[in-house]
Amino acid sequence: MEDDAPVIYGLEFQARALTAQTAETDAIRFLVGTQSLKFDNQIHIIDFDDENNIINKNVLLHQAGEIWHIAASPADKAVLTTCYNKTSDSRVVSCAAVWRMPSNWDSESHESPDDSAHNPQTLELLCHLDDSAHRNAACVLWEPMGNGKRVISLADNHALLWDLQESSTQATVSSTATLEGKGQLKFTSGKWSPHHNCSQLATANDTTIRGWDLRTMSQIYCIENAHGQLVRDLDFNPNRQYYLASCGDDCKVKFWDVRNVQEPVKVLEEHSHWVWSVRYNHSHDQLVLTASSDSRLILSNMVSISSEPFGHLVDDEELSEGEDNHQEDKSKEPLKDSVVSTYEEHEDSVYAAEWSSADPWLFASLSYDGRLVINRVPRALKYRILL
Amino acid sequence: MDADGSVSDESGRRRRVHGMLKLYYGLNEDGKAPELQSLDPCDINGPHFDPELYLNKLRRECSLSELMDHETCMVKQIRSLDSDMQTLVYENYNKFISATDTIRKMKNDFKKMEDEMDCLSANMAAITDFSASISSTLQDQHAQITKLSGVHTLLRKLQFLFELPARLNKCLELQAYAQAVSSHRRARCVLQQYSHLPSFKGIQDDCNAIMEKLAQELRQKFRDGGTSAKDLSECVELMLQLDEPAEELCDKFLSHARSRLELDLQGLEAEIKPYPPPPAPKEAATRRSSSSTAAGSPSDNSPKTLSLPSPTPNTDILEFIDRGCNEFVSSLCLVITSYQELFINHAQTGELASKNIPQMANGKLQAFVDDLAARYFSLVERRIQEEKGVGDNSLLVRALDRFHRRLQAVAKLLPGSAVPNRGTEIVIRAATERVKQYLSALQSFYMDSLTDVRQALATPRLSVAGAGVHLGGPAAGRDAPSSLPELLSSLSASILNQIKSVLASVHLFTAKDITFSNKPYFKGEFCSQGVRENLVVNFIRFVCQSSRQFCESAGDKGGSTPPALLLLLSRLCLDFETSTISYILTLTDEQFLVQTGHLFQHQNPITPVTALCGEAREAAQKLLNHYVKVQGLIISQMLRKSVETRDWVNTIEPRNVRAVMKRVVEDTTSIDVQVGLLYEEGVRKAHSSDSSKRTFSVYSSSRQQPRYAASYTPSAPMDTNLLSNIHKLFSERIDIFSSVEFNKVSVMTGIIKISLKTFLECVRLRTFGRYGLQQIQVDCHYLQMYLWRFVSDENLVHFLLDEIVGSAAHRCLDPSPMEQSVIEVICERG
Repeated sequence: MEDDAPVIYGLEFQARALTAQTAETDAIRFLVGTQSLKFDNQIHIIDFDDENNIINKNVLLHQAGEIWHIAASPADKAVLTTCYNKTSDSRVVSCAAVWRMPSNWDSESHESPDDSAHNPQTLELLCHLDDSAHRNAACVLWEPMGNGKRVISLADNHALLWDLQESSTQATVSSTATLEGKGQLKFTSGKWSPHHNCSQLATANDTTIRGWDLRTMSQIYCIENAHGQLVRDLDFNPNRQYYLASCGDDCKVKFWDVRNVQEPVKVLEEHSHWVWSVRYNHSHDQLVLTASSDSRLILSNMVSISSEPFGHLVDDEELSEGEDNHQEDKSKEPLKDSVVSTYEEHEDSVYAAEWSSADPWLFASLSYDGRLVINRVPRALKYRILL
Repeated sequence: MDADGSVSDESGRRRRVHGMLKLYYGLNEDGKAPELQSLDPCDINGPHFDPELYLNKLRRECSLSELMDHETCMVKQIRSLDSDMQTLVYENYNKFISATDTIRKMKNDFKKMEDEMDCLSANMAAITDFSASISSTLQDQHAQITKLSGVHTLLRKLQFLFELPARLNKCLELQAYAQAVSSHRRARCVLQQYSHLPSFKGIQDDCNAIMEKLAQELRQKFRDGGTSAKDLSECVELMLQLDEPAEELCDKFLSHARSRLELDLQGLEAEIKPYPPPPAPKEAATRRSSSSTAAGSPSDNSPKTLSLPSPTPNTDILEFIDRGCNEFVSSLCLVITSYQELFINHAQTGELASKNIPQMANGKLQAFVDDLAARYFSLVERRIQEEKGVGDNSLLVRALDRFHRRLQAVAKLLPGSAVPNRGTEIVIRAATERVKQYLSALQSFYMDSLTDVRQALATPRLSVAGAGVHLGGPAAGRDAPSSLPELLSSLSASILNQIKSVLASVHLFTAKDITFSNKPYFKGEFCSQGVRENLVVNFIRFVCQSSRQFCESAGDKGGSTPPALLLLLSRLCLDFETSTISYILTLTDEQFLVQTGHLFQHQNPITPVTALCGEAREAAQKLLNHYVKVQGLIISQMLRKSVETRDWVNTIEPRNVRAVMKRVVEDTTSIDVQVGLLYEEGVRKAHSSDSSKRTFSVYSSSRQQPRYAASYTPSAPMDTNLLSNIHKLFSERIDIFSSVEFNKVSVMTGIIKISLKTFLECVRLRTFGRYGLQQIQVDCHYLQMYLWRFVSDENLVHFLLDEIVGSAAHRCLDPSPMEQSVIEVICERG
């Protein structure tokens, strides 16, 4: 079973921000935000043609500034948020905003690349997610599987819950939570839990991971010194409500059961430099993707702490794409926790990795030099999980 | 004639003469020989000689001259024969004359002797007559005398019998029991036989009454128990002779002996620390009382208060065992000997043998010895358990040896007894316990040494160069008396010494002159499992494990463990791997004769040296990696803070290298010195001649150039593929937190890699103004000037610094780089 070769796409700018177009479940589509101080920044819409192994791309202008974080609305394909740096008067300001893609962004997709490059369309600003008191947004989180009306932005030491009204053109802060403590505390990253009716939020600041109840905006748990150094990213297990993955500058990926925060459930030490991103597969939570500044992307198979520790037991009809015929209840030997594959296509630090929202076996990773690599889960593993 | 011929002539002639004489007398020695020789008629000496034939033959055969010669020869022979004949005749004549004289003389003598013989025979006849008459006269009186003497002996016996009661009484008065008993024994059978006669009956009754009294008295004496063992055994012997029931006697004897041995045990117990009041004495007391009541002995009047002895100063174990041996074991042996003498050996010969007494007595003795020995052992074990200190092992070993040796006496006396085996078990337990204590002592010693090392490292004056720089005294640190290598060597030497001394102490257990050292346990299992595995191997494992814990428990902050200690321990573990372990194990194997080969078949295989070395190496590697990580993080932290806290957009034109860079270089230098103290230099790639002067180009990374030149040229997938392949040609992937080798260069490379990569990542998160970029240029040049010399491959530093400057340029709002010459001036200025 030959695995398809990875598909590489190069951006001409450096880039850190990557997301899957969450609301899109048919086409495999990723959004990439560039970082350039001198030129207009862009959002690249990367469409991947699975059958022909071809990438189609469209470019939208994001003139507000260099993009540090990007997130797509779970409800509206055209809506997305960015966190960006704006430079004015020798000052750098971090902002966050909600944008809408122009409706006909893909009308030119089949034209020659040169044409589309010369005439990129511009994003339409819907609203800013800033007020005078809260600046320096680190990231914006959409309510998972929500109606696209609620977002949380993490700015300095505040977590702001916004309500988007009037087709997202108006944003009002409905509640805030503030991190109190000594020194200059600053949220670095966060994740909105898809469990518990989306009432929980996990944030990272320095080496600590905190859980928040969004109804009361109060802290519900705290993992002190979760990592030896800075915690870079978090992700919730989509199927096990108390399980949380984190990664950080100690080169480790840790898996936590938030009911017992003393010890991690599992620790992975495969990277040789800081781990910037950790992502659970949306449907098969044993598959975990980690991206690191050692220029590597690692796909791990964490069977023992997944929701299917003894292999596949129930039909995943909504997920299987033409695989239904193969689903039989076979008794298999449970897989061991292992590194499935290490992807070395990147030359620079990999700051982001995302699973496709349309194809659960496909993922993209983005390195600083602007290289986007699209890979698939090895077929052997895929069939082992499915069959 | 004898005188003139030669010897051969003479003998020849004489033979010939004798031959002729024999011929003459009809004698021949050889029987048939004459007939054989005489057939030739021409043989002049033969009997069938024919002169005619001879002459004819001569005449026919010989010439005249020969005949003449022959004739003269013949005449000569005839003449000599004649003279011989004359001589013989003369000799014979003489002999005849002397023989006739002798015969005549003998005739006279015989006549005289005949007369004397006649006279003798007459006298003998007279004597016989006399003798017969005497014996016939004396016969009557002889019979009478024999009868009288028989009566006399009978009367004397009767007298003895009649006097017996009085005699016995007297003996009783004089307490001469033995005499009384032997007297009574002599008379007993007779009295028994003639008891139908009234007079004898009376005597017998009297005797029995007296003997009853005597027995009573003996019993009393026996019960009082104040007498010596010898008296006692005598007493028992007498009572046995008096037909006392042997079983009862055994019990009494044993219970008596028990009461005295109890005293010994109590004395021993008093020596053991009285508190906390252990349950053993009470239990022993109850057992004692119950056993004494069972034996029905009233002699157990030892007050219970004795079981709670007054606190006495604790004597050392040798004294204790000595006392136990001298008092308890020796009296036990005495009891066993006398008991066996009395009830077993004695009984086997006597008439008691038929009653199965030896078996019964033996059983009782076994139970008795087992019971008492068990209590003695429990006391000894309690005492041994108090031996917690590991100071002087020889004392313990000597004590155990004595203990064990003395039990051999019991073993000899009681061949079937389990006592010596249990004694050996105690010794084995004590030995294993002692080995455990040594292990924990070693472990605590190791931890103490580590604490000392930590303190030495923490003390500013004694600290190594690294800490010295921080405190502003770089030179003082380096010249400090207790530097890292010294600490290391003193640490490893003290560990080695400690192990050696422990081995020496433990070795006492297997010394030749120790009785238990030739037990199979001490020959085999103790050496291989006890000493080698449980002591040495476990200790080495402990060292490795505790070292590894420093990597884990300290967390990633690396706060609690000083890096120098990590480095030191890493080197220690490495030294362990290269030499110490095999040395220690070889030493152990030699000293304790551990058979490495065939013990693999046992259920407890011994750990091979290689496995331990592997563990040590792993620990060393882990420690060194952790050291690199910790040191790298310390420097990273400085760099990160310096990048994160500065406003790089609005900064002034660089005039100096930032202080933090100097600090980084200083720290790196001091780390280099620190590592150099313990690790070898290692290999590095050849430096280019102008390593420190290398020029930085802001756009040194080739791939970045085109982006500025041609913007908005969207690259097709194919292009980047090609591009990435080109990149791969130029740069190798760098693993930042990777394992390092055991040398200085590798360690330094690791630390610098971590630091510079952090620098790079931090720079990428910031936005720079023009002067910000220039400052980074200056800083990187400064780092370049100093860091290249530490690493194995200077290209690595170049590459990372290029990346940093390149990234800064990218993140710069106004990328106008500084002139290289200006940078150099600034850097050289300081």
